[in-house]
Amino acid sequence: MRVGVLALQGDVREHVSALIACGVYPTAVRRSQELDAVDALVIPGGESTTIAHLSKSFELFNPIKARIASGMPVYGSCAGMILLANQILDAKDGQEVFGGLDITVRRNAFGRQVDSFESDIAFADGSDVPLRAIFIRAPWVETKGLGVEVLAQIDSHPVAVRSSTILATSFHPELTGDHRIHRYFIEEVARGALKQVQ
Amino acid sequence: MAHGTGTGRVKRGMAEMLKGGVIMDVVNAEQAKIAEDAGAVAVMALERVPADIRAQGGVARMSDPDMIEKIKAAVTIPVMAKARIGHFVEAQVLQSLGVDYIDESEVLTPADYKNHIDKWAFTVPFVCGATNLGEALRRINEGAAMIRSKGEAGTGDVSNAMQHMREINGEIRRLSSLREDELYVAAKELQAPYELVKEVAENGKLPVVLFTAGGIATPADAALMMSMGADGVFIGSGIFKSGNPAQRAAACVRATTFWDDPKVIADASRGLGEAMVGINVADLPAPHRLAERGW
Repeated sequence: MRVGVLALQGDVREHVSALIACGVYPTAVRRSQELDAVDALVIPGGESTTIAHLSKSFELFNPIKARIASGMPVYGSCAGMILLANQILDAKDGQEVFGGLDITVRRNAFGRQVDSFESDIAFADGSDVPLRAIFIRAPWVETKGLGVEVLAQIDSHPVAVRSSTILATSFHPELTGDHRIHRYFIEEVARGALKQVQ
Repeated sequence: MAHGTGTGRVKRGMAEMLKGGVIMDVVNAEQAKIAEDAGAVAVMALERVPADIRAQGGVARMSDPDMIEKIKAAVTIPVMAKARIGHFVEAQVLQSLGVDYIDESEVLTPADYKNHIDKWAFTVPFVCGATNLGEALRRINEGAAMIRSKGEAGTGDVSNAMQHMREINGEIRRLSSLREDELYVAAKELQAPYELVKEVAENGKLPVVLFTAGGIATPADAALMMSMGADGVFIGSGIFKSGNPAQRAAACVRATTFWDDPKVIADASRGLGEAMVGINVADLPAPHRLAERGW
């Protein structure tokens, strides 16, 4: 399985390290040919407006949208979650997203940087061990469609969700040494989806 | 459930999210919107860009809270603001306004010529300037969660930024080549805490994100600094003192992402109109050099 990390802006390096720790050697994706060469994609944390702007400038926006719609496994953290949501609240005027995940996300829902925090949360991967989650100007899931499963929440706001081929978290597992989320994406989401295609 | 705001990981992590991006100086809501539309990862709200501070002289201070709030209301991206070196009350005011990052900046007139702000005492993260590794590590020791190499702000002359990036990265490479028992003397020479020196020697990089600032005026300047190992760039006067700010801003954003692709930089550089009028740093009398403020 070839995994790409969208490398237009954001904490690309941290996602690359986390994937390597899971035994996957990812490639950077900045151009549509590079997108064509991967089976699955990770959208890093960063500024969702900047990543959308750059993917438009470099004709990557529609190809990514089309790949997601056709079932490419994809994981997004924070800005990545926003870019995967079908609808966003508190967005910049005219802000565009790739979409594909049937959720409505509220940007900066937990507040500004002074409200950013880390916390132990329960993640529904069958483990009882809490997961240390880092939330930075983080979004949360305001509403979700029937096909979307909640994997973690804080104060009844979903902060980790998945549909069949899409995983999204409000927080940044790439900033901790705990690679459970990345492993979950590789093993449960991506491998499962790619097996079905074959 | 342990629930912590203002932790090291939350402050440093915020800077990680800005990597590969351009942070632009803006003086009003309209400029902030232009910056956001052009793909800026954050804006720096200030009353006068460095080129004007330089031209007008006088004491440069924290911006008017009203103006910062208008900019905060205008954009969805992070808003940073500058406090004077050592002026912890300005920093407290900025924190209470909910700015996302404070720049303890030599571009403003220092309030304290001995001490910098104790940045551990704040929930909001700080970025500080540095001309060399020792200065960077002293700022990190005081709690800075992000470093920017200093350049000569408001000149459009990239030579100082270049010199300081080479200095910082050269010293990091030198540390990595030392024996462990030589790091004690290295720490003494750098005038920096041994623990931080050891950490840098082991990892071959700063423990926080390293941006670059000062004198960056063109897409090629931005790409040059990225290829020198900067994680991202601050552009101050370079955008809104130029002929076509919206286009130049977008061009610098593109060149920062594709810093290693001269074709993209060439395309981004086409038809941008007038760049900001430059001042050669060598022509500046020493008392007017901002990068030398801070210690």
